[in-house]
Amino acid sequence: MNKKKIDSATIISAVIVLALYAAVFIAEQLIPATSMLFTVIKKGATYALVAVSMNLLNGFTGIFSLGQAGFMLIGAYVYGIFTIPVASRMDVYQYYNGGLVQFTLPVFAAMLLAGLAAAFFAFLIGLPVLRLKSDYLAIATLGFAEIIRALFQWDKLGPVTNGSNMLRLFPSFNDFNIKNADGTVAVYFSTLVPMLIAGVCIGVIILLINSTFGRALRAMKDDEIAAEAMGIRLASHKRLAFCISSFFAGVGGAMLAMYQTTVQAKSFTTAMTYEILLIVVIGGIGSVTGSCLSSFLFVAASEWWLRFLDQKQMIGDFEVPLLRNGFRLVVFSIIIMIVVLFFRQGIMGTKELPDLIRGLQGKNKGGADK
Amino acid sequence: MSMLKVKDLKVNYGGIEALKGISFDVEQGQIVTLIGANGAGKSTTLRAISGLVKTASGAINFLGRDIIPFNAQQVVAEGIAMVPEGRRVFDNLTVLENLKIGAYLRSDKEEVQAGIEDIFQRFPRLKEREWQLAGTLSGGEQQMLAVGRAMMTRPKLLMMDEPSLGLAPLVVRDIFSIIRDLKSEGITILLIEQNANAALRCADQAYVLETGRITMSGTGEALLADQRVRDAYLGSTAR
Repeated sequence: MNKKKIDSATIISAVIVLALYAAVFIAEQLIPATSMLFTVIKKGATYALVAVSMNLLNGFTGIFSLGQAGFMLIGAYVYGIFTIPVASRMDVYQYYNGGLVQFTLPVFAAMLLAGLAAAFFAFLIGLPVLRLKSDYLAIATLGFAEIIRALFQWDKLGPVTNGSNMLRLFPSFNDFNIKNADGTVAVYFSTLVPMLIAGVCIGVIILLINSTFGRALRAMKDDEIAAEAMGIRLASHKRLAFCISSFFAGVGGAMLAMYQTTVQAKSFTTAMTYEILLIVVIGGIGSVTGSCLSSFLFVAASEWWLRFLDQKQMIGDFEVPLLRNGFRLVVFSIIIMIVVLFFRQGIMGTKELPDLIRGLQGKNKGGADK
Repeated sequence: MSMLKVKDLKVNYGGIEALKGISFDVEQGQIVTLIGANGAGKSTTLRAISGLVKTASGAINFLGRDIIPFNAQQVVAEGIAMVPEGRRVFDNLTVLENLKIGAYLRSDKEEVQAGIEDIFQRFPRLKEREWQLAGTLSGGEQQMLAVGRAMMTRPKLLMMDEPSLGLAPLVVRDIFSIIRDLKSEGITILLIEQNANAALRCADQAYVLETGRITMSGTGEALLADQRVRDAYLGSTAR
């Protein structure tokens, strides 16, 4: 690590990130919008945000929570409920007479509300649940996510949640595109905007981790008793970290709703939490860079690069054996096992992008130390 | 004047009485030590003062205030710092970050910076390892860091729990010379030790704790000369 607060490595990292955003913006204008690339980037950005929010808890605070899908569900629903245009509500809430909510909020206000709602639920369940430790806390939060999933499908809440029917017709990422009068798209923003939303949120989390508060969280993770003896209040710090993480999971849920264009409670399963957990572990517990990197790799591998394994492939006259629907998942699982075997600490360990650049700089200077 | 007055302190863990009513005083500017075997209740005493465990009954008075109802954070804010048993530095934080955690409750940024410089002057070894993770330090360095971290809270009373535990004899000597230095700077120290010999040598006042009770007290020198203490804690060959 280096001494100065803002050193060249940090600046280079910022430039790399900005260059990525510029590349995405340019690619979006040039490549047809139907390309899988954009699907992967949109979902990857969403998952990156949720993974980083989970990392804030699991990697930096040492709270092993598995409630992510539940908080995403809350965020997705709050976003959907408050952004469906009033004119479309009769269609969406067809079994509930148009539903109870008869107004719409601006998209970003609804996203903020989605995060706040998730944070509020986190505060409530945090009161009893955060008294638990490690595995027990994981099981309790997992249970919470399941309860939420059932609750949102409950018929009696139908006028608000539309029961077990899906929410749809709310603004999606495609609505960020700027259109000409004749309906053709003038400038594409549908991929850049989710990247920006995720980027801003992750930026806030990074600032938080490097603040005094974040330092206290990391101290707590290392040694709770010593942290308490230094005057850090464990309960209130844990609760705040839990609420903040859930806030961003809620925002991530809203992004997922925009990505999917529909929301249905039954899709927010435990498996979704495990996907996020897998991303965090593969990326490196305690590395924001790792979580971002691995979420894009994860989404790309599962949705795009391995698709060819699901169809019959011919090499000349030879039909490649084993390839059939579902084989992709087998290969994917094997890849994950290999990654975990060879990267015990995840791809990044606890390193961040600036640390990597510093490592490279060290080598170029002739390896002053080591 | 007594800085810390503990009176009839009782602490229970479940049904077990860890402290059965102990009383002792810590005078300002002195080194006071509690010695005793494993399980005598030494660490429990410190934890009770720090607000880390609940007390069953009794009084703890610090500079005229009853601190029994205080939680750990309030106790630190009052000016009591603890160097916990087994050092307990934050392994995955750098040396500098560990020191900053010590200043967690302080909001005076410039003075905190000056405090850090002060610690580095006192322990140049820490300055050299400023950006190293605390987990990679040697035992003695970690103990220095634990002391430095506690000093960052700007304590009036520094409580040290077995600072010599698991350290090489030469390092133990360093640690005790640090303790004497701190005293000469006017910091009051409550020291807990199994290494009775070294502890009694530097203590102004000493108490012997046995299974939750104080059985003997006196100046360090007096206890060092006491035949019962020599038999029980120093071994009969101790000088």
